[in-house]
Parts: sequence; C-alpha cells; structure tokens
Amino acid sequence: MDPARKRKLRLVLALGVAVLLASALVYTSFSASSEAAKPSELQPGRAYELTGKVVHNSIRRDGEQLHFRVRDRDGTESVPVTYSGTVPDPFREGREVIVSGELERGTFVAERDSLVTKCPSKFTKDEQSS
Amino acid sequence: MAGVGSACLTIGLFTALYAVGASLFGARTGRREWVDSGRRAVYCLAALCVGAFAILESAFLRSDFSYALVAEGSSTSTPTFYKVTAVWATQDGSLLLWATLLALFAGAVLFLTRRTLRDIAPYATAVLGAVAAFFLLLMVGWENPFDTLAVVPSEGAGLNPLLRHPAMMIHPPMLYTGYVGFSIPFAFAIGALMTRRTGADWIRATRRFTLVAWTFLGTGILLGALWSYSELGWGGYWAWDPVENASLMPWLVGTAFLHSIMVQEKRGMLKVWNVSLICATFTLALLGTFLVRSGILDSIHAFGASTIGVQFLVFIGCVIALSAVLVISRLPYLRSEARLDSLLSREAFFLLNNLVLVALALVILWGTFFPLISEAITGTEQTVGPPWFDRLATPLAIVLVLLAWVGPVLAWRRVTPAALVRVLLAPLAATAVVLAALLALTDARDSVPSLIMFCFVAFLLSVVGQEFWRGARARRTMTGESWPRALARLTGRNRRRYGGYLVHVGIGVLFLGVAASSAFLQQRDVRLSPGQSFSVGDYDVEYVRPTARLGGDRGGTGAPIAFGAVMRVKNGDRTFTLRPSRNYYATADPAKGAISRFFEGEATSEVDMRWGLRRDFWLAVRPDLVSLQKPIARADREFSDSPSDVQAIVISTLTQLYREKPPPATFRAIVSPLVAWIWIGGAIVLLGALVAAWPSPEARLRRVRSLYKARLGRELTRA
Repeated sequence: MDPARKRKLRLVLALGVAVLLASALVYTSFSASSEAAKPSELQPGRAYELTGKVVHNSIRRDGEQLHFRVRDRDGTESVPVTYSGTVPDPFREGREVIVSGELERGTFVAERDSLVTKCPSKFTKDEQSS
Repeated sequence: MAGVGSACLTIGLFTALYAVGASLFGARTGRREWVDSGRRAVYCLAALCVGAFAILESAFLRSDFSYALVAEGSSTSTPTFYKVTAVWATQDGSLLLWATLLALFAGAVLFLTRRTLRDIAPYATAVLGAVAAFFLLLMVGWENPFDTLAVVPSEGAGLNPLLRHPAMMIHPPMLYTGYVGFSIPFAFAIGALMTRRTGADWIRATRRFTLVAWTFLGTGILLGALWSYSELGWGGYWAWDPVENASLMPWLVGTAFLHSIMVQEKRGMLKVWNVSLICATFTLALLGTFLVRSGILDSIHAFGASTIGVQFLVFIGCVIALSAVLVISRLPYLRSEARLDSLLSREAFFLLNNLVLVALALVILWGTFFPLISEAITGTEQTVGPPWFDRLATPLAIVLVLLAWVGPVLAWRRVTPAALVRVLLAPLAATAVVLAALLALTDARDSVPSLIMFCFVAFLLSVVGQEFWRGARARRTMTGESWPRALARLTGRNRRRYGGYLVHVGIGVLFLGVAASSAFLQQRDVRLSPGQSFSVGDYDVEYVRPTARLGGDRGGTGAPIAFGAVMRVKNGDRTFTLRPSRNYYATADPAKGAISRFFEGEATSEVDMRWGLRRDFWLAVRPDLVSLQKPIARADREFSDSPSDVQAIVISTLTQLYREKPPPATFRAIVSPLVAWIWIGGAIVLLGALVAAWPSPEARLRRVRSLYKARLGRELTRA
C-alpha cells in the first residue's frame, strides 16, 4: 500500500472509532440519566431528580428514616419525601435540595444517600431575605 | 483604606489596558521602548494587585466590619487562621486572589523572558494584560471587594463552618495558581501564532510554568478530595460534582499538553494539536472559574447565584473565537517537520495517551453539561449520576495506567520488537507474580476492574523500578558510587526524565488507592444508644458514652457547642478509642429564639478516624437533639431577655442534659482499604514534579548543546 492511502485508511479508522465512542457516550448518557423535576411536575412510576426547597417545620426523624416535604422553588406545591442514609451537613429547613427517587403512592421515596443540599449561604449576600 | 483598595483596582485596570496597548503598538511598529514599557506596566499591575490584596487581608485581620465582605465572611470569634483565609471564601475576594496571582505569574514570566523571545513576548504581554483587565473589570464594575457598609455591624456573619478545615483553605489558592499558571503557556502560544514563530521556542520558555501550574492544580484537586473525605461527613473523596469536574478537566487536558509538547520539542510534530490543547486547557480553566460562580449547574460547592455569569460567558466566547481564528489562519505555519516512523515508538504512544486523556476530559465535559445539553435537545433537564461517570471513566483510567509505562521505556522514532521484549521481560514476570499472589491471598478477584488496575500498576512500578535500577547500576559500574548516591546522582543529572518517572509512580500508586478503596469499601449506617455496639468489616464498635462540650473544639474552628460520642473500636486484638463529634454554630437568624439559635444554626461533622497504610477506619456521628427540643423551647420563652451570662448557664445546663440523658445517635462507619495511598501517591507526584521542574544549570547547558546538535543533524540530513 502506498503511504498516502495508508494514511487515509488510518484517518478513516480513527474517525470511525471516534464516532463510535461519541455515539456510545450519547446513548449511555440519555439512557442512564434521570429527569430533573419540581414537586409540581412529578408523575408516578418514573425516576426523577427532585429539586426544590425544604418546607419549614416539615423535618421529622423516625429511626433510620428521615421525613420532610419539598416544595417548588417559587411556588407552594409540595411533596412528602422519605429518605435514608447520609444527610449532608448543610441540610436545613428552607434550603434548596436535590434528591433522586420515585413517586410511590403520593410519597417521593428517595434513593439511599442521594440527598444533596445546595449551600447558598456560603457566598451570597441575601440569604436572610430569601 | 477601602477607597485606596478600590483605587488600586481601578488604576490596575487602566495599567493592564495600557500594557495591552503599549506592547501591541511596540510589536507592530518595532519600537522596543514601547514593548519594555508594556512589560513594566505588568510589574506595576502586580504591585497594585498585591497592594489591594494586602489592604483586604488586613481588613479581615482587624475584623473591620465596615467592609461588606468582612461582615459577610468573617467575625471576631473566627480563629485567626480562618480570618486570613476567609478572604478567598467570598466571591469578590476570590476574584481578587485570581487577579493577584495572575499579575504575579505574568510579572515573573515576563521578567524571566525579557532577554529572550523578543518577538513573541510582546503579544504574550498583551494576552496576559487582557486577561488581567477582564478580572479587574469584573471587580471594578460588578463585584467590588472594597464595597463598604453605611451602617457598620458590630459583629460579622462568620466564615461558613463547612470551610473551616485546613485543606479547604489551602485548596482554592492552589487551584487558582493552577488555573492562572496555564494562562502563561496560553499567552505565549497566542504570541507564537501571531508572530508565526511556531517552533518549540515558546514551549521551551514556558515549559516550567506549565509544569508548576499542572502541579498546583493537581495538588489543589487532591486537597479538595482530602477535605471531602475528612470533613464533609459522607466518607467519600470524589462525587463527580460539577465543580470537582470543572477542576479536573483542565488538569487532564493540561496533562495531555505536557506530554505532547515533548513530541514537538524532540520531533517537531503535533504543532496544531499542541496549540489547540493549550487553548482548550486555558478555556477549561476559565470555564472552571465560571462554573463555580454562575450557578447554572446545581452543585454543593457553587457560589450562589451571581451577577457575573454573562460577562464570563462573553469572555470565554472571545477566548475560543480568538484561538480558533488564529489556529486556522496559521495552519500553513503549523506543518509537521517529521512523520510518524513507526507505531512502536514513544511519539505514537504519546499520541495515544493524549487521545485517551482528551477523551476522558470530553466524557466529563459531556456529563457535567448534560443537564444543559438535554434541556436543549429534549426540552427537559436531565442529569447523569456518579455511576455513569464511573462506568465511562474506569476503562479510560485503566488504559491510562496501561500507557504510563511507555514513556520510560520506548525510544523516540522506533523500537524493535526484540528490544522491547528484552526490556519488558522482568516487569512482565513481576506482574505475573503479583497477579498470582493477589488471586491466592486476597479477595481481589471480586472486582475485575480493580484486579486489572492492580496488575497494570504493578507492571508500571516494576518497569520504572527497573529503569532506576539500570541507570544506577550503570553509574555504579562507571564510578563505584554507593547505591543511594548513584540513585541520587542519576536523578539529579537527569531531572526531567527521572522526575517524570517519579510522577508516573505516584499516579500509579494513587490509582491503586482509588481502585482498592472504591471496590472494597465497607460501610454501615446505624442508630445506637450508649452501651450498644455494631460491627463493620473486622471492626467491632461500641458506643461508650455521649460527649457534650462548650467552646474550645479540637479542630480550632471556633464552634461554641459540640455534641459527640466516645467510641471503643476493637479490631482483632487491637483496641482504640475514637471521638467523632458534631459542631454547632450559632445562627444570626432573628426568627430563632435566643437559646435555640445556638442549636439550630449550621452544624458540621467532625469525623474521627484511624489512618493506616492498609486501611482507614472512618467514623462520623449525627446526634439527635429531639430530647432537647422541649427544654430548648422552654428556655427560649423564659430566658430570651436574660443577660448573656445567664444564657450561657442555660446553654451549659442544656448540654449537660444531653450528656446525662442521651437519645440514640446515628453513626456512619467506613472501612476503606488502601485509601491512604491516594494521598501518598499524590505526595510522590508532587515530589516528582518538583524534581522535574527544578532548574539545573548543567541541564540548561546540555539542552542548548543538544538543540544545536539536533538542528545540525536535521540540516545535514536535508542537505
């Protein structure tokens, strides 16, 4: 094979591998992802990543289980959540949280250790006002 | 003084703009005096930034709450160490730190290259000046760290308790130094493209800065992981959080760059690739700085919603556009001087390693921005979790370790298979022995990816070990030196080479720790009353008694109250005591009662652990304050107007109550094998990078000579 054709072949091969890898990336990410949703958008029977704020006076501990309600960031609609596992240090009423799980009989049953708390107080100036 | 600080920033902005204008004008018209003036403007800028930073730092130290930033991020009760470091825990302060580090780095590199690279340096000055001007503009226009308050509060809000950890306070300056450091090779690459001097000069001039930047960024990332492991109370060191990813991406692409520039230096190949890589690295560094500040992606670590997201996006867009236009318009000047001779050569494997590193960075980029990508495509915001990242990153990391032995062994241009076999025979045998031992003596077979990783690490270590041994033996034969002396001399004489080997060893050791601790971690979450016990792995843990303490916590973080537990841990015939606790910080929230504000503010886990080379035992506690709720509520009603010393007695009584009638507490225990080797590996990498970056006069002389020889050789073959 002359060198020019060999180079061309190599290029095609490399591009083919790159395209293959890229499509694998796209495919796996869409199939493994879970949808982010606000409490008002939840539908039963699907996995979600729930985002919203913890409702005031809703946190209750029952043995290993943690119960609380999450409401829309800018609304009043809320959903009860049951959760077990590590609770991040900044978890508190009024804080923004992200938790993954599924809606079962009106209650959002969260996966173990999936709770993430955003920490707005760290750097913003207007935490008290929110 | 706040006025002086503000003025420093404004003057700094104009100085930076002047540096851009003067050096561009000087370069275009060929008037050296303008170029020199532009360079001196950068020195001046460095002085101004340092001055501004010093003013802000002293305001923090004096707890001058007339500064909005001090009132927000510090307090009189904050310990001094954290007062010093609180400067960069705020958005505005961290921008000032970025700008200051940039000005210092720029001043240093321009001073060192003032007599060389006369064509490229003016353009590099202009690029660095423009970047500095952007950051100063952000501060002058939107996020001025010297904003003052009309009404001076008597006490500040204090530093966020989660950040009160030594690793966390050193971590941001490290990261910024890394980010900023990458702007140096970027600036010189742009200069090289502008002047069409696309040889290896700009690479040689900035190589050491690149290496330093890479080292700092890597150390910063590792310190962040250490903080996450020992402070955050969840027991992991990496969570594929957007902000973590943001720091890893430029590091990966920077690693690729460090390898591929060697190919350009030695063989004159991969020029387009190199300039593209450094532009990508710098863009990713900016993106990292931006992600932390924009709030566009949900992350635990992010600065909250901010006002400077758009400005950052515009600037990043400009950087990408400038880089793309320059690279494309200079393509004719970026032709390779040589071709790949053989696939069995160092340059071919470097190219492969580059592709894997860039692929890894792309995977992380895709996953990090997937919420935005999916929203753009499907209309709903979707996220990919850590399992997705793990699944894709693990094979790529394994391939990376597999490729890491290549640098040391393969020669440039081509290697004969026979020579390769001769070099690899002993390491292959050693790997086989390790594999057999792992299968026979341990449970390593339970996790195939880890087993593969262990074998590849063993292979890497034996290849590098053999290289050191061969080199030292050769020296001994020639000089009769002792083994340690021969090794030290060998390394000292070829710092770049053997420093690089050490870095590879460190990375191998680090991956060993990652593989073992992620595949063989044992973890339990339990709820216990005093006297009860549980077991995890081979450890039996007993909750002996609760602790409650007022003031003077062990970590020196300034927390007023801490509840915790004394735990007796038994492992075989060894017994030791751990005291995990949880710090409670008072909140200034007026909605809370006078007493309850001490218990319902921020709280942070103070993990206690037993470090070990074989494994760590990690223990965190989350006390349950339910039994205190009623007494606290009553105290709120009865003592809200009492003098503070009476309130102090009330609080002390409440903590005593917890000690005497403790409710059950929740514990998390983790047995994490070989996790300490992650930090040890990191230290080896740091050592290796220092060895490789340390200047040696001999090496410089040799480099000049070898370059001369190489050029002579090239010209002779052409003739």
